[in-house]
Amino acid sequence: MPVPRHGGVILIGDQFEAYMSTFDVHRYRSEFPNLKINVHGKPLVYLDNAATTLKPRCVIDAVNAYYVTGVSNVHRGVHFLSEQATAAFEYSRQVVRQFLHARRVEEIIFTKGATESLNLLAYSYGRHFLKKGDEIIISYMEHHSNIVPWQMLAQEIGVVLKVIPINDKGEIIFDEYLKLLSDKTKIVSVVWVSNSLGTVNPVKAIIDAAHKQGAVAIIDASQAVTHTSINVQELDCDFLVFSGHKVLGPTGVGVLFGKEKYLEVMPPYQGGGDMIKSVTFKETTYNALPYKFEAGTPPIAEVIGLRSALEFLQTVSWDIMEEYKHELLEYGTKALLSVEGVRIIGTAKDKTSIISFVVDGIHPHDLGTLVDQEGVAIRTGHHCTQPVMEFFKIPATARASLALYNTKEELDTLVKAINRAKEVFNA
Amino acid sequence: MRDELYQQTILEHNRNPRNFKKIDGATHVAEGYNPLCGDHLWVYVKVNPNGIIAEAAFEGSGCAISKASASMMTVSLKGKSVEEANVLFEEFHQLVKGELKPDVQANHLEKLTVFSGIWQYPARVKCASLGWHTMHGALEKAKTVSTE
Repeated sequence: MPVPRHGGVILIGDQFEAYMSTFDVHRYRSEFPNLKINVHGKPLVYLDNAATTLKPRCVIDAVNAYYVTGVSNVHRGVHFLSEQATAAFEYSRQVVRQFLHARRVEEIIFTKGATESLNLLAYSYGRHFLKKGDEIIISYMEHHSNIVPWQMLAQEIGVVLKVIPINDKGEIIFDEYLKLLSDKTKIVSVVWVSNSLGTVNPVKAIIDAAHKQGAVAIIDASQAVTHTSINVQELDCDFLVFSGHKVLGPTGVGVLFGKEKYLEVMPPYQGGGDMIKSVTFKETTYNALPYKFEAGTPPIAEVIGLRSALEFLQTVSWDIMEEYKHELLEYGTKALLSVEGVRIIGTAKDKTSIISFVVDGIHPHDLGTLVDQEGVAIRTGHHCTQPVMEFFKIPATARASLALYNTKEELDTLVKAINRAKEVFNA
Repeated sequence: MRDELYQQTILEHNRNPRNFKKIDGATHVAEGYNPLCGDHLWVYVKVNPNGIIAEAAFEGSGCAISKASASMMTVSLKGKSVEEANVLFEEFHQLVKGELKPDVQANHLEKLTVFSGIWQYPARVKCASLGWHTMHGALEKAKTVSTE
């Protein structure tokens, strides 16, 4: 944590308290070198954080340090570098455990992303413990990565996929979920925060209801991970997944949290080095948790970088950050609605700082290209949630998703860029 | 600085797409879909027995680039032979990939050269070529049918 300073003066006492209870966005902005670039001659306004966040300097430095002075494989050699890399790698697992408030480090599996984590679950849990006629419940607002692995499983072993409907605000209809639950339900897998709507789902209630039916509950926390602190023990979820790159970390690393009692009895996902105890041509004995699920050389630099990202976030007060981002959400929503012809898609009561919208007379794709000319990066498309687009009868949306380094001025720039696009289109 | 993508001709065709309808009695029909942006259109072509395209049309929804491109395509196809349409398809394809420079290389593109700067917007190349791929698919499929 940087020493709190204001204009070079070290703050003490009440001044310190006051400083710490306000969110100094510029202090955080200075930690993200990518914010300093120009795009088409204009300062970058990065509003595509739900796709991937920018990386703070400490993450870049950590990855860099591994490659400059620390390269080695992990869990293998007895030499200095290997021991050092192994220690750093395993320390990252500790940090992730703390971040998720998991009971044991054995419950933290490194994968290459949320998508691989979900595929691992469909393969190792679904294939092993489900049988024909069993049911899996997901929601209408799932990312494709929490739909397709289950569909593949359905095709393969004949399980049935059930979908919780949503209302026109983009909220799960909870009563309909309860109706879908039965003794056939074996897995409930839902997203905590929707990447295309911003909706925060009542995951605790969803998990508890799943458990009452004896089903396991999987939470896709890919978006939630930057918006709320996570306590897997309080949630009592059986599995939880997220990607490192959406939480200020590097690409290519993700996490699967699983309760030890399930991970213990699940067969490995992939075979190879590191996941074994001994190999003969007759028989292989698998390694203990968590290594059983980490075949091959893991993304070492990325795991080390993820640790720095989580440590960076630990220096931020979540309550104050969330308050700030809510302020941005409200400001951005109002500013967008002040533009004639703008409609917000996803108006859930409980919502995070993701704003999906459409503009009358301008296709989102054209809007994306035109605001890019002004240096503004937004996402346009279906956001890997085609069923959501179909539900709202739109081909695509434009989406501004906000992070802790975004400002109200940047949202003003977005609005100006939209107005300029409207001029081009006479819309 | 990149070339301006949204030129007046493109904006105008987006606002008032030509031949934006279904053709009854079309000899060739195909559906085109770009899952990235949700562009979705149908292309109808009516080829006379002498191999000349009597009419081409399209309908569906999409971004300005895909709509304008399909609209301008239907205009330029009318009166062309199927062979000429295929040549135009190849040339347009090269144009949007930046492999054909219309000011120095011979071509039959005429007004379609308005899309010559689109290779500088790689994510949008597929938008411009959707209608053309769909038209090509429609003609190809018919070929297969006619040889049976």
